[in-house]
Amino acid sequence: MSLATTQSIAEIKARNKELIEEVLKVYPEKTAKRRAKHLNVHEAGKSDCGVKSNLKSIPGVMTIRGCAYAGSKGVVWGPIKDMIHISHGPVGCGQYSWGSRRNYYVGTTGIDSFVTLQFTSDFQEKDIVFGGDKKLVKIIDEIQELFPLNNGITIQSECPIGLIGDDIEAVSRAKSKEYGGKTIVPVRCEGFRGVSQSLGHHIANDAVRDWVFDKVSPEGKAAFEPTPYDVAIIGDYNIGGDAWSSRILLEEMGLRVIAQWSGDGSLAELEATPKAKLNVLHCYRSMNYISRHMEEKFGIPWCEYNFFGPSKIVESLRKIAGFFDDKIKEGAERVIAKYQPLVDAVVAKYRPRLEGKSVMLFVGGLRPRHVIGAYEDLGMEVVGTGYEFGHNDDYQRTAQHYVKDGTLIYDDVTGYEFERFVEKVQPDLVGSGIKEKYVFQKMGVPFRQMHSWDYSGPYHGYDGFAIFARDMDMAINSPIWKKTKAPWKDIQKTKLLAAE
Amino acid sequence: MTIFERISPMAQSAEHVLDHFELFRGSEYQQMLANKKNMFENPRDPAEVERITEWAKTPEYREKNFAREALTINPAKACQPLGAVFASVGFEGTLPFVHGSQGCVAYYRSHLSRHFKEPSSCVSSSMTEDAAVFGGLNNMIDGLANSYNIYKPKMIAVSTTCMAEVIGDDLNAFIKTSKEKGSVPADFDVPFAHTPAFVGSHVTGYDNALKGILEHFWDGKAGTTPKLERVPNEKINFIGGFDGYTVGNIREIKRIFELMGIQYTVLADNSDVFDTPTDGEFRMYDGGTTLEDAAKAVHAKATISMQQWCTEKTLPFIADHGHEIVAFNYPVGVSATDEFLMALSRITGKDIPEELARERGRLVDAMADSSAHVHGKKFAIYGDPDLCYGLAAFLLELGAEPIHVLSTNGNKDWEAKMQTLFASSPFGQNCHAYPGRDLWHMRSLLFTEPVDFLIGNTYGKYLERDTGTPLIRIGFPIFDRHHHHRSPVWGYHGGMNVLVKILDKIFDEIDKKTNVLGKTDYSFDIIR
Repeated sequence: MSLATTQSIAEIKARNKELIEEVLKVYPEKTAKRRAKHLNVHEAGKSDCGVKSNLKSIPGVMTIRGCAYAGSKGVVWGPIKDMIHISHGPVGCGQYSWGSRRNYYVGTTGIDSFVTLQFTSDFQEKDIVFGGDKKLVKIIDEIQELFPLNNGITIQSECPIGLIGDDIEAVSRAKSKEYGGKTIVPVRCEGFRGVSQSLGHHIANDAVRDWVFDKVSPEGKAAFEPTPYDVAIIGDYNIGGDAWSSRILLEEMGLRVIAQWSGDGSLAELEATPKAKLNVLHCYRSMNYISRHMEEKFGIPWCEYNFFGPSKIVESLRKIAGFFDDKIKEGAERVIAKYQPLVDAVVAKYRPRLEGKSVMLFVGGLRPRHVIGAYEDLGMEVVGTGYEFGHNDDYQRTAQHYVKDGTLIYDDVTGYEFERFVEKVQPDLVGSGIKEKYVFQKMGVPFRQMHSWDYSGPYHGYDGFAIFARDMDMAINSPIWKKTKAPWKDIQKTKLLAAE
Repeated sequence: MTIFERISPMAQSAEHVLDHFELFRGSEYQQMLANKKNMFENPRDPAEVERITEWAKTPEYREKNFAREALTINPAKACQPLGAVFASVGFEGTLPFVHGSQGCVAYYRSHLSRHFKEPSSCVSSSMTEDAAVFGGLNNMIDGLANSYNIYKPKMIAVSTTCMAEVIGDDLNAFIKTSKEKGSVPADFDVPFAHTPAFVGSHVTGYDNALKGILEHFWDGKAGTTPKLERVPNEKINFIGGFDGYTVGNIREIKRIFELMGIQYTVLADNSDVFDTPTDGEFRMYDGGTTLEDAAKAVHAKATISMQQWCTEKTLPFIADHGHEIVAFNYPVGVSATDEFLMALSRITGKDIPEELARERGRLVDAMADSSAHVHGKKFAIYGDPDLCYGLAAFLLELGAEPIHVLSTNGNKDWEAKMQTLFASSPFGQNCHAYPGRDLWHMRSLLFTEPVDFLIGNTYGKYLERDTGTPLIRIGFPIFDRHHHHRSPVWGYHGGMNVLVKILDKIFDEIDKKTNVLGKTDYSFDIIR
């Protein structure tokens, strides 16, 4: 089990460096040279983790990354519930991303809400040859006829759109005009753009700026009077209800949440966000762009926060309250006090079972750093982490606020590297995605999916922390991990030892 | 009173941790969500939502829905490369390599893992904008070299995403150049198939990839070796097609072959790689058709495909090499299994052993025992074309009526074949096949011409919720129920499994409708 407990930091660092050298040996020289820049051992006091990031993945290495379409349709736009998001191109992209991200919402699906429907233009060869704009025109008409209560449409470009020269912007403008200024948003998130999901987030943010903010629709105006306490939650996708278990805390401290981006969000909320007094930003990676834009254009400050685990929640509640008057500051303290008994009970129950356990993470967005505090609240230690599509500013935040000296860092890890690292480090838990889950479970290593919360959640907020603690406990302490070796094979080994 | 009513509005606690499906039912959250909606979402008038909800159930809506020409909503099909990856991993030590954008590969791997609850290994050539302009040759050269060195495959099977197809990358030439540049040894097996996502579906991709692999081994490895000379032997080649039950089905078929004493080669045998043990070792590759057997398969006497629409190109290719070819349409049930076994017997000259006759008798026995509960029940089915055919045929055998049979990736020929099947049975008289339609069409069908049960994959749960038609999960993908793919639906054993799945749902529904204390529970029988 955890070697960390029995080794000095110097030993751990030496072992991790050796591990990196070892995995690089398998690659052809050119690839080894490129991959070496993405692997490192964190040195305390450094301003970043010492790895390159946001660079192209290398062909053939089994990257875990996705594409720009996944970043736009799958992450940013898909959860906006009252708009219809067309996966524009062949059938696959929309099919594989259909309903799998667990962006919870409340609404009458198929009538006034559309998150878990798969709308696609299902491109055929003739659409590639002759272009898909005419088909898109017809699709929008058919949507208007069959789904009259939709509040807007987005066009999520798949790879072929940008390659065949379709003009989805022209179609969007024309159809918007035809339908009385309806919000129709073309998004150029073709999968080949950029190096990962990340550019898709950026492109999707820019599409909000250009096609929503710059053109507030007549039907979308939210009719509320502004208050000094209006905030917007930015970068929470409400996976398993995360945004709800966050919103409730903000409201309890006296703030008013006027918009959720984008989990359980609506067009009206996007449009109303410029009225916010503060944007609170959870997933920095996917929505810092629009936050910066709103700061520049509307003068709305933004602040990053972290609602994973009580330590970070307390810190974040106070940080957010710092933007407001004493009423809110007192509200924050009231919330902290209210939930302290729950925190104490959760920690009392689960910390003894999890104390000293080690974790290796590899996730996207904010999680490779944001969840570290929650593990530490349970007495656990993160011994390795990396970002699927992080940039240098993510690694800076990680180095400055989260990881410990000697932590193994792996950017855009390959299947091979991750497997070797886990094999050698022998963590008590791996937190990553569906593609990694079964690999590590086969190896006998407990695992939790940290994208979908393994179909559990919420993990945000105090209510979420209880679920998080329960889930980590049940993963690590499941009796099944004691049964991965057939008993007679153990016996044989013992006999062998006895004979020696 | 349900569990939810009992626990709400209790707040979160360490003692009894509330999950999402309990937590948000609490009054604090319900109030919060109501406020959010009313204050900030600019919601539609509830009366209007109600009006449209009802309108969407009408024949008028159905007519508009069926008049759609451009928009697809909730299709029951995926794209070609998924099928190519599925077929490729059925060969020993084979790493699927998909040339094009990398996000696609992340999607295939996730999709397969969510269904099988297994790892799914596959690499991409990670083409980006520059490759879109200059072509992906360098991605292929580097990608093959990396895959070969890192993952030590015995074979790399190349297919394409739509990006590579749109820009027109030539796989044959690219692989040749890669070998010249030393990416992989000259004699290393790199079969390939163009698998454009904008043609056909995942079943087409299966077909293309399998044909590509056989072509590679049989027809001279892209001009680098002589074509194989066929020396006919007594073996039978077996092709399962794209199948969510591949694990259980292929194992069942092997058992049958062994019972009959037939020498066989299962082509694209992915039954092990999608069912590896948890014993401390991750097996990236496991089982599969050996490359030697894949090559030697050219000598077989005959090739049997369980899915005609998954092997439309592969079978003629095989027939051109002198095999007898026999295609089935996902045989499920008594007669379909009879035909399958009799075909085996005819081709091989082997008798059908008594053991299989007894298994047949047990299935007939079970169907007779339970007939009263299935007879006359109306069903809707959707899925891949062959699966739809096989299940519809079984329902007809049970005296049930497969009223709506819908296949998004079914074509006109499939429709004709379905109609012939319906015409062959008195229970098929009111049944219709719907090729090229999607699950939003199915929604209209279920509202306007209701049936008793729906058979389909996981996405059918949306139809179950909206229309109240109970869903029996058979198909691909099944994400929200575990392990059913490990049991067969082929063979008499498989027919028994399908029968039990159907019966369980029928009995559960009767119980659900009769379990209100003092109101309906006079029919809450303990014997059914």
